[in-house]
Amino acid sequence: MLIRNLCNIALASIVLVLSGCSGGVLDPKGQIGVDEKNLIIIATVLMLLVVIPVIVMTLYFAWKYRDTQTHEIYAPKWAHSNKIEAFVWAIPILIVIVLGVITWESTHRLDPYKPIEGKGEHLTVEVVSLNWKWLFIYPEQGIATVNELVFPANVPVEYKITSESTMNSFFIPQLGSQIYSMAGMQTKLHLIANEPGTFKGFSANYSGSGFSGMKFNAIATPTQGDFDKWVSDVKAKGNKLTKANYDELAKASENNPVTYYGDVDDGLFHTIIMKYMAGMSGTKDMDGMKDMKHMEGTENMDGMKDMKAMDHMSHEKMAEHSATPSISQGEE
Amino acid sequence: MSTLSINVEAENTKLASHDDHAHDHHDTSGDTVFGFWLYLMTDCLLFASFFATYAVLFMNTVGGVSGKDIFELDFVAVETAALLISSITFGFAMICAQGQKKALTLIWLAITFCLGAAFIGMEIYEFTHLIEHGNGPQGSAFLSSFFALVGLHGLHVTAGLIWMTILMIEVARRGLGKPTVTRLMCLSLFWHFLDIVWICVFSVVYLMGAM
Amino acid sequence: MSFLGKLSLDAIPYHEPILVFTMAAIAIGGIVLFTLITKYNKWGVLWRDWITSVDHKRLGIMYIFVALVMLFRGFSDAIMMRTQLALATSGAPGILPPEHYDQIFTAHGVIMIIFMAMPFMIGLMNIILPLQIGARDVAFPFLNNLSFWLTASGAILINISLVFGEFAKTGWVAYPPLSELTFSPGVGVDYYIWALQISGLGTLLTAVNFLVTVFKMRAPGMTLMKMPIFTWTCTWANILIAASFPILTALLAMLTLDRYLGFHFFTNDGGGNAMMYINLFWAWGHPEVYILVLPAFGIFSEIISTFTSKRLFGYTSMIYASGAISILGFIVWLHHFFTMGSSANVNAFFGVMTMIIAVPTGVKLFNWLFTIYRGRLQMTVPVMWTLGFMVTFTVGGMTGVLLAIPGADYVLHNSLFLIAHFHNTIIGGAVFGYLAGFTFWFPKAMGFKLNVRWGKAAFWFWIVGFFVAFMPLYVLGFLGMTRRLNHTNNPDWNIWLYIAAGGAVLIMFGIICQVVQLFVSFRDREALDDETGDPWNGHTLEWATSSPPQAYNFAVIPEVHDIDAWTDMKEKGQVYQSKASYEAIHMPKNTSAGVLMGLTLTIFCFAMIWHVWWLAIVGLVGAIGVFIKRCYSNDVDYYVQPEEVLATENAFNLSGSAKINSKGIKA
Repeated sequence: MLIRNLCNIALASIVLVLSGCSGGVLDPKGQIGVDEKNLIIIATVLMLLVVIPVIVMTLYFAWKYRDTQTHEIYAPKWAHSNKIEAFVWAIPILIVIVLGVITWESTHRLDPYKPIEGKGEHLTVEVVSLNWKWLFIYPEQGIATVNELVFPANVPVEYKITSESTMNSFFIPQLGSQIYSMAGMQTKLHLIANEPGTFKGFSANYSGSGFSGMKFNAIATPTQGDFDKWVSDVKAKGNKLTKANYDELAKASENNPVTYYGDVDDGLFHTIIMKYMAGMSGTKDMDGMKDMKHMEGTENMDGMKDMKAMDHMSHEKMAEHSATPSISQGEE
Repeated sequence: MSTLSINVEAENTKLASHDDHAHDHHDTSGDTVFGFWLYLMTDCLLFASFFATYAVLFMNTVGGVSGKDIFELDFVAVETAALLISSITFGFAMICAQGQKKALTLIWLAITFCLGAAFIGMEIYEFTHLIEHGNGPQGSAFLSSFFALVGLHGLHVTAGLIWMTILMIEVARRGLGKPTVTRLMCLSLFWHFLDIVWICVFSVVYLMGAM
Repeated sequence: MSFLGKLSLDAIPYHEPILVFTMAAIAIGGIVLFTLITKYNKWGVLWRDWITSVDHKRLGIMYIFVALVMLFRGFSDAIMMRTQLALATSGAPGILPPEHYDQIFTAHGVIMIIFMAMPFMIGLMNIILPLQIGARDVAFPFLNNLSFWLTASGAILINISLVFGEFAKTGWVAYPPLSELTFSPGVGVDYYIWALQISGLGTLLTAVNFLVTVFKMRAPGMTLMKMPIFTWTCTWANILIAASFPILTALLAMLTLDRYLGFHFFTNDGGGNAMMYINLFWAWGHPEVYILVLPAFGIFSEIISTFTSKRLFGYTSMIYASGAISILGFIVWLHHFFTMGSSANVNAFFGVMTMIIAVPTGVKLFNWLFTIYRGRLQMTVPVMWTLGFMVTFTVGGMTGVLLAIPGADYVLHNSLFLIAHFHNTIIGGAVFGYLAGFTFWFPKAMGFKLNVRWGKAAFWFWIVGFFVAFMPLYVLGFLGMTRRLNHTNNPDWNIWLYIAAGGAVLIMFGIICQVVQLFVSFRDREALDDETGDPWNGHTLEWATSSPPQAYNFAVIPEVHDIDAWTDMKEKGQVYQSKASYEAIHMPKNTSAGVLMGLTLTIFCFAMIWHVWWLAIVGLVGAIGVFIKRCYSNDVDYYVQPEEVLATENAFNLSGSAKINSKGIKA
């Protein structure tokens, strides 16, 4: 009961303090973001259960046992107590066990690679970070944009992310998770907007002098119809993005304006990834090489995780990444 | 790293001289060997990092050559034999040094030196051969990590050879005093350590690569 | 390639007013310093007693001197960054363009971690550790001198980058491919590589040196489980250094090969793998933060038990907790990049491992609390730092555990929340610890205490400034502000950015107070004199020596029977007693080899940075030559004669026992 009351008080105060935080990660507009906000609040409250007593005890003990208080018990040789030792080890262990369970569960639930269930088919957007702007390719619609991302609200979006040059991080705080973009490999992210609106997106990983200007608006349209209309508007503008003018676009530039491309070369995204992938293995067989992206670098650091890495790669990634440029939709 | 390896040697000089004075409260030559052993452990981690990188990158040949194409096992086997035998001959040198046989110690050290030099010579030949055929370290991540790992070992052996030269001069001029023997002991640890590392290089890089 | 490589007059950034001003200030300062030293004829003293000294106490003081100088440098960077961000709001460009600003945040990180915190920690360890274990010096005194000069060389290189060329514009982590030649063609990253490489080598040698010292040179009777807690935490830190710095060496060597010889370790093309750099970097980088904070934990433990006049609660627990932190510190590195796309299993594993570290850390906090419990806590300046730490660090630990949850990290990663978190632990943990230790051990090193009033003022400015500067960053993180932005355009953020800048100014006042404190204390050094060598009624052996200690530390190596060896001796009445005669004491001689190697290696690195190959060869050959010469020399030691020892000890013991009699200090 006490704990529940404490939780409520803490929760209320946090909400109060951060209610001014519009537009940030505590003002989520998408399911993933909402889940992550709740996770942050629950974990914080749990930790405050130890943190507040420790801070209070620190100040109280310092005051109570100050050297002018000569009437307090003084035990200069007292330095061990099994009871207290058990207590001080047990309390953090208990909290960490609870947090550990929450962590394990939430990490699997919020895995950025995991498609969002029960919301229908995913829209696929291919994201390329360039120096210093974002290119969004809509493979199903055959269009592309620079520094503007449009998608319908309440439709899950699958982002396939890569980089032309340096490492960036694709992040729309109000929708939730971010993920790195890295050259020669593809990372993935699944997000959804629960309501229409315009959200700020940017790169969350420093990538050079133009980094601060690597911003875009992520616009969730109220309906699918609005999105379709936007797509046809973009198509009507013409302006084809070919491999040739992609190279022009890829040159370093800062604070780029929003640009629309009504048509895109097939397989451009694949070409961008493959640029650094060509013939990675001695056999020149591209199959199964994209597994690189899934962190085997980490696992190899430490023998004990090799097995896990292999396992993970073989089950998920090898199959997923065929060398064919055709992109499958929402069926995995 | 080569500098580092000799660093501890400097301490040998300083500390070993402690031993001349009986009233010192601890046996400093033991400290020196222990310190040197600790350094070798850190060196071991340095190699481990390069091994890890090699393990990550050895598949990344970018359409170029792979281990199968460039490793000549017969050649490397001879190279390996030279280094392994040099470890044995260093062992003989140490036995002689412990027995205060100055001339024999020098002879065995000289033999060890020649074997080590032969090893380095062969490695340099292998490297130049590869580079001449367009398979230099710039070729691919595989070649980069191969050259770095094997080159790092070669650099260590070279440092060992320089160190051995200095110690041979010292043995010749000052005889086999306790400080000198301590220094020989450190070099011997170093030499055997490089041997072990080479066995790993041989198995992981050459044998597995040629398969 | 020209005679001077890439070096030309264009390398001097005379078009940057801030840099020109800095250069002018350094030049004027240098000239004044040079004139003063010459005028007071101090060059000889400087050379004999400091530069060539192998005495661990003097080397420690020099380390701390370097740390303080670099603190000013690093803090100037911080003030400039906060000013820029407070001015460059709502679309304004501010005062620093990206090419300058990006260098500043990189330099700030590198300097504060590698050239401020590390030398500060190593300096305190140098001064105190051998004294605490009753040793006359470290195992390899020359190596210790060399380590210092390697660290100093790194610091010098990083400052040279102000005048010649530029520093890295990559962030202190220097992630490729950004740090590769393709995207960073300038010399900045090369400065970064060589400064870190050379100082890293020095740190590695220090760790080996102190491990041997601790394992082989403890006073008789001091078993491992009777070692003072600060020595224990330093030992854990040294084990961490020995195990993690080789990874940094390897990593920097690979980046060097990529940049200089066209290798493909981390490049985009040629099959390189940048993720490998990130993994290796944090396999070093994460243990590194524990290297910084563990000795600070030891300092707090010493201070708390000394100023509560009480034994440390849970000594054994503390040691195992430190050990657990050290070992766990090696299997959590991936939490620095949960957002790289690892599988949920891998992320969750590293998340849980990270949280487990909170357990031993929590235990430590409780143990400090129960040390205060039923003690007599004196509100001295070191205690204030300690209490400030306990409050601040708890908050930092909490936000750290929050970041360890991958689901939370997905939205907080790389945001200002992260910046606030690690400043919360590094300032609130490590820096507060070093400053506490600085005040605590200052009389031991210098012979007089620090002024209390200015010390308290400094503390209050620091801690209030800290909260004012960094709490807004937590809020900004929640508001979605990411790190390393050069300018912002979001009206909601402005107020917090202004507050943070105000906090930085408060911290600046704290630093000014410390400078004044040093000045005032030096002026009043007679009144603040520490005659007994034991100003705080300490527990451990460093307080058994005079302040500052004799070169040989202990005329007779003490016998140890208790964890609090000095308290034990005082209780048994075995202190301040001269013997009738002493044995001669064997001591290492000073050597110029360390400073010469530092100099030649600085030349080597500088030449490598600018591609002046002939000079690089000269530098390297010079360094190796000096080294071999040193190896070959047998004239490395001398004896302090018994009569000299007797005279010194008598004088010290007289003043010590006089103090005990007059003040009635409870022995």
